[in-house]
Order: sequence, then structure tokens, then C-alpha cells
Amino acid sequence: MQNNQASPKFKDMITGITKSKAVSTFTAALLAIALGLIFGFIVMIVAKPENSWYGFTTMLFGGLRRLGDVFYYATPILMTGLSVGFAFKMGLFNIGASGQYTMGMFFALYVGFMWKLPPGIHWIACVLAGMVGGMIWGFIPGICKALANVNEVITSIMFNYIGMYLVDMWIQGNAVIYDSGKTRTSYLPVSAQIPSLGVTGSNVNVAIIIAIALAVILYIVLNKTTFGYELRATGYNRYASKYAGMNDKRNTMLTMLIAGGFSGLGGAFAILAPSTIIGSSMTYEPINVIAANGFNGIAVALLGSSNPIGIIFSALFISHIQRGGTVVSSLYGYKPEIIDVVIAIIIYFSAFAMLMNSNVARMIKKRRLAKEASGNPGNDGQQDRKEA
Amino acid sequence: MNKILNRAAALAAASFNGQGQKAPIESPSGQEAYSINYEDYSEVNMENYIIEMLHITKEFPGIIANDDITLQLKKGEIHALLGENGAGKSTLMSVLFGLHQAEKGEIKKNGEVVRVSNPKDANNLGIGMVHQHFKLVEIFTVLENIILGVEPNKAGFLQKKEAREKVMELSKQYGLHVDPDAIVEKISVGMQQRVEILKMLYRENDILIFDEPTAVLTPQEIDELMDIMRNFAKEGKSILFITHKLNEIMSVADRCTVLRKGKCIGTVEIKNTTKEELSRMMVGRDVNFVVEKQEEKLGEVVLQVSNVTVPSKISKKDAVKDISFEVRAGEIVCLAGIEGNGQSELISAITGLEKMSRGKVTLCGKNITKAPIRQRTKSGMSHIPEDRHKHGLVLDYSLEDNLVLQRYHQPEFQRGGFIKRPAVRSYAERLIKEYDIRSSQGAITIARGMSGGNQQKAIIAREIDKEHKLLIAVQPTRGLDVGAIEFIHKQLVATRDAGKAVLLMSLELDEIMEVSDRILVMYEGEIVGELNPKEITVQELGLYMSGAKRNMEKENSYAE
Repeated sequence: MQNNQASPKFKDMITGITKSKAVSTFTAALLAIALGLIFGFIVMIVAKPENSWYGFTTMLFGGLRRLGDVFYYATPILMTGLSVGFAFKMGLFNIGASGQYTMGMFFALYVGFMWKLPPGIHWIACVLAGMVGGMIWGFIPGICKALANVNEVITSIMFNYIGMYLVDMWIQGNAVIYDSGKTRTSYLPVSAQIPSLGVTGSNVNVAIIIAIALAVILYIVLNKTTFGYELRATGYNRYASKYAGMNDKRNTMLTMLIAGGFSGLGGAFAILAPSTIIGSSMTYEPINVIAANGFNGIAVALLGSSNPIGIIFSALFISHIQRGGTVVSSLYGYKPEIIDVVIAIIIYFSAFAMLMNSNVARMIKKRRLAKEASGNPGNDGQQDRKEA
Repeated sequence: MNKILNRAAALAAASFNGQGQKAPIESPSGQEAYSINYEDYSEVNMENYIIEMLHITKEFPGIIANDDITLQLKKGEIHALLGENGAGKSTLMSVLFGLHQAEKGEIKKNGEVVRVSNPKDANNLGIGMVHQHFKLVEIFTVLENIILGVEPNKAGFLQKKEAREKVMELSKQYGLHVDPDAIVEKISVGMQQRVEILKMLYRENDILIFDEPTAVLTPQEIDELMDIMRNFAKEGKSILFITHKLNEIMSVADRCTVLRKGKCIGTVEIKNTTKEELSRMMVGRDVNFVVEKQEEKLGEVVLQVSNVTVPSKISKKDAVKDISFEVRAGEIVCLAGIEGNGQSELISAITGLEKMSRGKVTLCGKNITKAPIRQRTKSGMSHIPEDRHKHGLVLDYSLEDNLVLQRYHQPEFQRGGFIKRPAVRSYAERLIKEYDIRSSQGAITIARGMSGGNQQKAIIAREIDKEHKLLIAVQPTRGLDVGAIEFIHKQLVATRDAGKAVLLMSLELDEIMEVSDRILVMYEGEIVGELNPKEITVQELGLYMSGAKRNMEKENSYAE
């Protein structure tokens, strides 16, 4: 009897807390991550049962020992995540973050190699050039969408390939940039390098601070300005925004322009970062592969439910898991591919669980109601039997 | 019994004090007085009921849609189900039709408990339903629609001949004229409804549910439908008639069950009651049916529409053909007509949502034919849109964000592109107070969670409070209950009296006759009549709406 009285109170308390929107999105993200981790763990058990537990815990906590690297690798996916998430707020799916990222990288490379500028200014010029590159590559699908109503998903996917092949072609055709002996670009001059934060033994640099600052600015723009107000209104209800006289076409182009700029910055930050890991930055290898960081941006945005502040954390989490993963492959004898698979499973499962979350919650609620409904007659039946 | 009532009243009063403003407004004692009635019925005529829904409780997350509702339907009666929007009528019918399962309560047919877990069960029990929005396959013929799902066949081959005979027989028997070979999308709404009714008859249902059947019909068609319903009742079929139109209930129903806020207020015999009493039971207070208006004081021309033609979206024909009219300050001009005769397209062209192919629109002497919507808004146009969910609100925005949807860009609410949150909040709170917009959390309530009436109030508050010279109101009371309709009519008249021009588009005949100063009737994209509501009858208006009559010059010139 006491139990019966206590449980509704407890239930009320729980529902009271979970009703607040921020809390529920956050718990949803945690739940999604937990699901992703469980699934990843299962794959590790299947791949190599004897080391799976050590491998799994290393993957979870190994990143903590290389925090600087976590931030270093988080920077580009934070930028592409912001790019995807921002466009998503307007109801646009910017799947072309990869192309914009690659374009940004190329523009940064070009300015880095071809322009001779004083050291303090050179890297800034490179970063800005990267932003412009991404903007151009985001703007074109934006124009198509706004003026001819061409679906931005289709154009931006095609622009991923167009951008990647163009960049590879341009690089291979430029004798200053391309070193045909190494089949990759030469290393960028030091003046084009983004200043390091000076943490010994790690590659963390100023870019992460810029990226986080941009996320905060984006949050303010989305939530405090008339532009953000229009943007979200359009994302929620295109018809109402038209009715209210908002300029849908201008906003669509502007959104894609800005989203492209963010991805382009991501590319610039990745290529211009100082790194002790050979080949991970300052040089680019044109091997006809679409930049993975663009697609990771989609997962980052989904996991952060398109909220710029949430995206900061989801980018850090995904980078953290990736760092842990590289340790596992070297220490516990897992093939690097398996680790990639596990990481991919964790990231994408989390992201999809996040996406599915509202549906799952609805399903659970429905089932609970159904149970209560069918439970009542059952109880009555028991009482009847007792009486009989 | 009285003691219990008093206690309930005291409890309600206590909760009123405790919760402050959220307590219900109606007096609880009035509500209880009716609820005794149905218990009396249940004891007296137990055996006569063909369908009984006893103590039905249905909850949705957050609300109790049906709270211990009892509805008993006698064989051969027309039983009306009356209630405001959100009172739980549709939910109750969905439970009966097997679309929802009730948490508590039981359904009995002829005194035996039955289980209705899907529409198929309902059909097997002889329960049929005409939905508010017809469930017809538009590209099929009438006959194909009627037999859909119960096609007579031999070894998988359709036996249309048999079906046709049966359908034609039913059609003759009940005076439901249909053309069995016509494609559904090409026949009138009235005929589509007859197809829906034939569908029920074809399945040999004898318990017929009509969900707001008259909303889409002309007065003549409504009369016909009423006759058909009376015939059914005479044949021994039982009818459940969902509506919030009191006149129809008074003319056709035998008994009426009234729901309010998910609770059953009572069941009354129509011959022992009045329209006023029914509305009091439904709303919980007295309702004024007559719109009080002073004589109009005409000012200068505000809106001038000349030779406007709008192409149709669904066919190659023009939806609006060469229409001209004007609206002056201080008058309410009503665009009347049956749904789909070009009124919506005309409004869309004037407000800028759609493009017109020819013609000119001026607002206060300014040509706005090609102006973007923002420009029109700034020139003094306010627009209460037809579809409040599609156009009128951003449902995922808070109430305050929705209240500034037309004004957020004005210097009052933004500086340098940054929205002034405190200004928005205080503005929203003023409107909420002035227009009595009720919601669970005030200004920060998400619009999606508000009731339809309050959503509409929010839109009206926004559009009327904004500086304007012309108010375009498109079906502002669609789907709303008597109380909200009364409020909106008052607002429209007040706007007119304040010297603004009002262009109202409505499908509700009562509204057209009561509110407007001048009626323009549209039929097939043309204005076929300009009428004075004081000089014509509803029947006459109906003739114009159905295209049977016209008084515009054009007709005369053709005639000569």
C-alpha cells in the first residue's frame, strides 16, 4: 500500500524534471550514446572476445590521457557539425559539408603556398580564404534551392564530388603546391601555420578556441537576433514564414552561404594546424576520397540536436572516442579497421538513436498506457476469483 | 445527492483559491444539475438501447479527453452529440468506431458487452461513420468507392453488375441521387457525401455516425440531408449526429448529449429544451447569438480589386475570373460561397501568397499588385489566414514569438538585429490579457500545445493589434465553439467600428448574415451577386451560392 502511494509521487517528480526541454534533450543524448556504446562493445566482443573489456575501457577513457589531441581532432568536426546543424535549423539538409570542407582546405592551401605575407598575417589570410572557399561551395546549392527550388540534398551531394575532383585536379596541376615525388602536396610554410597553444606533446592550437567562440556566436545569432528568429521560423514552418513576409529566398541563400563558410573554416583549420603527427596536417594527398570529416559533421550535428552549444560537446565526445580508438588498435591487437567500424557504429548508432529518440519515447509511452489498460481488467479478474 | 454536489462545489472553490487564475470559470453547480439526467434514463429504458457507451474514460498524455462519459443510443432515434471543440466528441466517436481504445468503461450492443478494437469490428457490429473529411478515393468512380473493401467477386474477378444493382436500389430507396460511373473528384461535395452515406448502407450498417456533416453543404443540401436522416430514423436505423450547430439539432434530433471539457454534462430531450439552454450546457454560460452592430459609417475606399484573374492550381482553368470590387473603411464585406469557388484563391492573390495572372489591387491608393508580402503588411494589411496551422502560426514557437510574427522587425522589438526580449514579453503579456488568450504557461507556452480557439485568438490579437487599415479575415471561426465565435464576431465588428475596412471570407451562413454589411457571392470564380444581408433570406443566399441565381450585370448582358 505504501509502495503504491510512494510510486505516483516519485513518478510525478521524475516527469516534473524530465518535462523541461533542455534536460530531456540532454538525457536523450546520453541515452543515445549509451545505446551506441553497448552496440560498439558487442562488435568488439565478436571481433576479439579476450581483449574486449580492456579494449572497450581504453576506448572510453584512453582519450583522457591525450586531451590536447582530442581538442585538435575535434576542431574540424565541430566546424562541419555547426555547418550541418545551422542549415538544419532552417530546414535545409547540408549534406555537402564535405565538399565545402575540401574547398576550404584548397583555398587555404593555395593562399598558404602562393601568397607571400608576413608571419602574423599569413595564417589569418589562409583561414579567411578557406572560409571564402567553403562559402562559394555552399552558396551555389543555396542559389539553386532558392531560385529554382532544386533540392539541396541532391546538389550538395554532387558538389561533394565536383569539389573533391576539382581540388585534386588543381593541386596535381600546380607545380608549386604538388610534390609529384611524394604524390602529395609539399608542407606549408610555417608562416601559414595556426599558432599552437603551447601544450607540450600535443597539437592543440588556437583554432579550437576560435571554433568554440564561433559556436557561441552562432548560438546567439540563432536565438537572439531577428535573423535567427526568421531562420528558425522558416525551418519550423515555411508557409508561416512566407505569410509573415519573411524573405525565404534570401534566407535560404544566406543560410547556405554561412553553413558553407563554417565547413570551409573546418577545412582550413584542419590543414593549417601544427601537428607532430606526420601527414595529418599542413599537407594534402589528392587520392580521390571524399573528406570523412564532412560526414562526421552530420553525426555531430545530430548528436548535438543541431544546438550550437550541444554541438561543441558532441564534437568533443566523438573526437574523444576516436582518440581512444587509435590507442586500442595499437595496444590490444585489434585491426585498425575493426576500431574504425566500432567508432563508426558508436557515432552513427548514437546519432540515429538520437533521431529515433522521440519515436522510441512515444512507443514506450504507448505501450505503458496499453499495459495499464489491459492491467485493470486483469486485476478485477483476480479479485473475482478470490471472492468466488 | 445535494450534499455531494455542495461538496464538489466547495472543493472546486478551494482549488480555485489554491491555483489562482487557472480555475474554471463556469459555475460547477450548473454543470452537475444536468448530469443526473442520464442516470435516470439508464434505469428506466434499459432494454431499448441499441448501443450503450458506459462510463467511457479515455486519456491522452496530459489530458483526459473523455472522463466517465455515458452515451446511450435508442433504436430508431436521431441522437445529437453536442460540444465545443476539444470537448471530446470526436474522441468518443473514435472509441465507438474502434480507432481508439478506452482505458475504462464498456460498450454494449443490445445489452451485451462488445469489444471494438478496430473499425472492422465496428463494421461487423453494424456501425458506420461519415467522416468530416471524406475518405474517398478521388480517382475512382462512385461505384468503385462504394464497394471498396467489400467487392463482390467470383474467383477474384469483380462482379460489378451485382454491386451496381444493389447500389442503385439503395439510392432509389432513400433518395440518395448519385451517378455510379462519375469520377469522385469531379462530383459536388454534396454528392460525395451521399456516396459516403451509400457506403454505409451498402455495408448494411444500421448505426450511422455523422461527423459534422453539414459544414460543407449549402442550405438546400442541408435540408435534404435532414430529410434523409429522418427517413433513416423512420426505417429503424439509429443515428449519431455530431455537430456544434444548434439549429440543426433543434430541427432534426430527438435527444442530445452535451459534452464539455471531456465530461458529460447531460442528455436532454430536444422537445423539452431550447437553443439557449443547449448552448448554456455546452459553453457553461449564456451566449449572445445576435451580433450587436451599429449602423455602418462608410469612409473612403481602402481596398480596390480590379479585373483580377488567378490561375487554378489543380486544373487549367482560372480559379478566379476577372473579379472587381472594393471595400470601404467602416464596412464588413463578406465573400460568400461554397468551398472551392475561388474565394481562397482570390484572398491568396490579394494577400500576396499566390500570384495573380491579370488585374490590379490597390490598398489606400497604393498599387500593391506585385508588392512582396512584407510590403503589403507595412501598407496596412492584416490577414487572419484560412489555415491557422499552416500559415497563421509557427507551432513550435512560443506564444510570445508568435504574437510578434508580423512585428519582430519593427524598432519597437529589435535594435541592430537583436530582438528586445523584454519588450516582446511585455507586449505578449498585454495581448494575452486584452484578448484573454488562455494557455498553460502564459507567454512561453509552445503554440502547438494550445487549444484551437486560443490559437485563433492569438492570431486575431496579433492581426488586430497591429497597425492596419484593412483586415482580411478568412474563415476566422472555422471549427471554433460558440463562445469563441461570439468573441471573434465582436472583435470584427469593433474593428469595423474603429473605421477600418474588413474583408471577411466565410462559409458559415449564420456568420455571413449576422456579421457582414455587404455580401459578395462567388460561384465558379465569379461574383454572381452583391447582396444586402438585411434584405435577403438565408434561402435566397443559398440559391446564389449554388449558382441558381445571379444579379450581377454580367448575367444581364448575357441574357440580352
